[in-house]
Amino acid sequence: MPVASSYFLQDRIMSGPSDYQPSHPVLKWIERRLPILGLMHSSFVAYPTPRNLNYWWTFGAILSFMLAIQIVTGIVLAMHYTPHADLAFRSVELIVRDVNYGWLLRNMHAVGASMFFLAVYIHMFRGLYYGSYKEPREVLWILGVIIYLLMMATGFMGYVLPWGQMSFWGATVITNLFSAVPFFGEDIVTLLWGGYSVGNPTLNRFFSLHYLLPFLIAGVVVLHVWALHVAGQNNPAGVEAKTEKDTVPFTPYATIKDLFGASCFAILYAYFIFYMPNYLGEADNYIPANPGVTPPHIVPEWYYLPFYAILRSIPNKLAGVVAMFGAIIVLVFLPWLDSARTRSSKYRPLAKQFFWIFVAVCVLLGYLGAQPAEGIYVIAGRILTFCYFAYFLIVLPLLARIEKPRPVPNSIADDVLAKTGSKATPMVSTVIALAVAGALFAGSTDSARASERVDTPPAVKWSFAGPFGTFDRGALQRGLKVYKEVCANCHGLSYIAFRNLADQGGPGYSTAQVNALAAEYKVKDGPNDQGEMFERPGRAADYFPSPFPNEQMARAANGGAAPPDLSLITKARSYKRGFPTFIFDFFSNYQEQGPDYLAALLVGFEDEPPAGATIPEGSYYNKYFPGHAIKMPRPLSDGQVTYDDGSPTTVEQYAKDVTAFLMWAAEPHMEARKRLGFQVFVVLLLLSSLLYFTKKKVWAGAH
Amino acid sequence: MTTASSAEQPTRRDFLYVATGAVAAVGAVATAWPFISQMNPDASTVAAGAPIEVDLSPIAEGQDIKVFWRGKPIFISHRTKKQIEEARAVQVSSLPDPQPDDARVKSGHEQWLVVIGICTHLGCIPIAHEGAYDGFFCPCHGSVYDTSGRIRQGPAPANLPVPPYQFVSDTKIQIG
Repeated sequence: MPVASSYFLQDRIMSGPSDYQPSHPVLKWIERRLPILGLMHSSFVAYPTPRNLNYWWTFGAILSFMLAIQIVTGIVLAMHYTPHADLAFRSVELIVRDVNYGWLLRNMHAVGASMFFLAVYIHMFRGLYYGSYKEPREVLWILGVIIYLLMMATGFMGYVLPWGQMSFWGATVITNLFSAVPFFGEDIVTLLWGGYSVGNPTLNRFFSLHYLLPFLIAGVVVLHVWALHVAGQNNPAGVEAKTEKDTVPFTPYATIKDLFGASCFAILYAYFIFYMPNYLGEADNYIPANPGVTPPHIVPEWYYLPFYAILRSIPNKLAGVVAMFGAIIVLVFLPWLDSARTRSSKYRPLAKQFFWIFVAVCVLLGYLGAQPAEGIYVIAGRILTFCYFAYFLIVLPLLARIEKPRPVPNSIADDVLAKTGSKATPMVSTVIALAVAGALFAGSTDSARASERVDTPPAVKWSFAGPFGTFDRGALQRGLKVYKEVCANCHGLSYIAFRNLADQGGPGYSTAQVNALAAEYKVKDGPNDQGEMFERPGRAADYFPSPFPNEQMARAANGGAAPPDLSLITKARSYKRGFPTFIFDFFSNYQEQGPDYLAALLVGFEDEPPAGATIPEGSYYNKYFPGHAIKMPRPLSDGQVTYDDGSPTTVEQYAKDVTAFLMWAAEPHMEARKRLGFQVFVVLLLLSSLLYFTKKKVWAGAH
Repeated sequence: MTTASSAEQPTRRDFLYVATGAVAAVGAVATAWPFISQMNPDASTVAAGAPIEVDLSPIAEGQDIKVFWRGKPIFISHRTKKQIEEARAVQVSSLPDPQPDDARVKSGHEQWLVVIGICTHLGCIPIAHEGAYDGFFCPCHGSVYDTSGRIRQGPAPANLPVPPYQFVSDTKIQIG
C-alpha cells in the first residue's frame, strides 16, 4: 500500500505551478518572472504535513537551526582566527579573551558541533525506528547519510583548527587511517598532509575545507528537503497520507511546533554554552600542539566514539579501517537490507526490541571508544562490533521474513483518533534511553583520562563554582602575589596582559595600579631607528614576560622538563572522574577538576616517597601527579610570601589563592559568561513557555 | 475568529500571539548584538592604541618625520621661519576649510606641525614638500595642502586633522 498511496501527496504538491497568488502588485510583478514566493508558499506554508507527527519530528527543524548557527558563528570566528601552526592556538585564545563576545561565539561554535551531532543522532534513530528510509524515501535517506558523512569530516577538521594536543594527534591518527590503503597508503597520507607529517600545510588545507564543507552540507540539505517534499513526510503510524483529513498545513501547525521544539533544544544548548562549556571537550586540547609528545590517552570527540571503538576492536589495520567506514556505509543499504513492508516499529514487536538493543549497542560502543584499548574492553568491543553489524546484516533481513507485524491503522486520521494513554510508555522509555545514552557518550571521554592517577584530589569549595559563582578579589590579588614571587621564576603567563588585571571580573586593580605594576617589568621592544632591540618599562598593553626566551632554554634550566605556561593550566589539567560521577557532574554543574587538581598538586609533595615507590634522580614525589615523579621541587613553604590582608601565610592558603588566580587567568570572562547565561535562561524559559501555549492554541483547532 | 472581531476586541489568543512574537523578537535582536559587536576593535587593539611619546630633538629645521599611532601615519614637521610666515600670511576666510595657523599648532611651539597624514579626500598619504603651497601634495587625486596642513586645492574637503597631542617637554610630545 505504501507504494500506491505515496503518490497522492506528490500529485497535490508537485503537479503544476502553485496556486499561490500574491496580492501586492510589486510581488505580482516579481512572481510572474520568478515564482519564488509560490515556491516558498508551497514548501513552507501550504505543504501538507501528517497530523500525527510527534516531537521527534521537530529535529529536522532543529538541525536546520544548528546548521545556520554553526555557519554564522563559524564565519564570524574565521574573521579573527589565524590558520598558522605557530599562531592558531594563540589566536583562538585571543578570540576568547579579547574579541567582543569572543568567548560566547567560540562556545557557541564548539558546543554547537556537539549539539548538532546530538540532534542528528536523534534524527537518525527516529528514521530508523519509524522506517523512514523505506520506499519511496530511499534517496531521501541516502542524502541524509551523505550529510552525516560530510558533518563528520567537517567536525573533524574543525576540531583540528585550535591546534591543541588533541587537535594535532587527532589529525595524525585520522589521516593515518588512509595509510591502511594497500600500495598507495603512504602516498595518500603524504598528499593529505602536504608534507611528511601533520604540519602547517595540513592546518591550512583543513581550514579551507572546514570553511567549504558546511556550504556543501547546506546544498545537500536542500536536496534532502526537496526529496522530502516529493515523497512527503513519514509519520509515527508509517501509513501514507491519503486524504485531506490526514494532514495539516505546514504553517502554522508544523512551524509553531518546530519553533517550540527548537526553543527547548536551545535551553539545553545554552546550558552547555554558559555553564558547562568544557564538559564535552578535552583538557588536553588546552595544551598547544606538540609534535614530540602524544597525550597518554587520545580520544576523539564523543560523537565519533562508537566508530573509534569499532576501529580499535579489529586487530588488523586495514580490516579495522574498512570496518569503521563500513559501519557508516552500511546505512546506505539499509532500505534494501530491511525489506519489511511495515514501516513503523510501533507495529513491529520484534523490530522494536531489536531497535532498542541496537541503541544500547551504539551507546556502549561509544563508552568503549573512550576506554583504554586493553583487557576486557577489547573483548567487549569485538562483541559489540559484531552486534552492530549483525543488526543490519542479519537481524533486519531476517525479521523482514519471519516477523508478523501488528495491523497498521487504515489512515493517519484513524491513528490520531485511536490515540490513547498507552502512547506515553514508549516516549518515556525513549527519553530515558536517550538521556543515558547522551550522558554516557558525553562523559565517557572524561573517564578515559590517566587511569594511573590513584589519589583523587579533594574537592575544594571554590567561590567561582556553580552557576552564580564569582571570583574572590582578595584571593585573586593574593594569588597574583604568589605567582609573581614564586611561580614566575620558572613559569610564564603569556596570555595575560597587564591591562587584564584592571578588567571587569578580574582582580579589580585600578588602571593606575596596573600601569605602576607594568612599569616594574622590563619589556623587550624594537628595533629602534638604529635597528637595535632595546628594553623599556612595561606598559598596560604588554603581556607578562616569560622567564625563559625559548622552550629549549626552559628545558635546559629545569632538569629536562620545561615548566608549562600557566595561562591555561587550570583548564589543561584534569583527573579521572569515572562513571557515574561524570553524569552527576552534568547536573551539579561541577567543572572544577582543573583547580582541584592544581591546588592538590601544590600541597601534594612528600619528602619521603612511600615504600615501594621509586623516584628517579632529579624528580620529586607528589601524591597527585600522574606517575608521582614530578620534576618541579616543592615550590611553596609556609611564610614564604607575605600577605597584607591578614590571610594565613600557609602553603594551603597559597595553593588556593594562586589556583584561584590561575583559574581567572584561564578564563577572564567567567563572570560575564555566567551573568549572561542567567539572562539568556530567563528569556529562553519565557519564550519556550509562551511557544508552548501558542502551539496548544494553534493545534486546538486541528484535533 | 473573524478578522473583524480581532480588530475590534483583542482576545486572549491575540495577546498570546503578540507576547510570543515580542519575546522572540527581543531574543533575536539581543542575539544579533554579539555578532555585530565582535566586528569592533578587540581589547588588544584598543590597548595597543594607547598614547605614544616621540622625541623631537633629532628633527632638524625643515625636516619632517612620519610616526605611526593607531595604524595612522602622523606627520611631524619642524617648520622653517619661512613656512610659518607663509602659513600665517594667508587670509583665513579665503580658505576652503577656514582655520588660522595658531589653532593648528601649540602656542610656544609654532615650529612644530603635527597632523594625521591621511588625505581627507579618500585616505591616501600625501607627500611632504610638494605642491604649490610648500606643504603636502596628495598623488592620488591632486589635493594640495599648505605648510599648516590646510587644504588649498583639489577635491579634499577638509584640512589634515590634528591628532590629540601635548608637549611633555620642549623636545618631546605625547600623541594620543
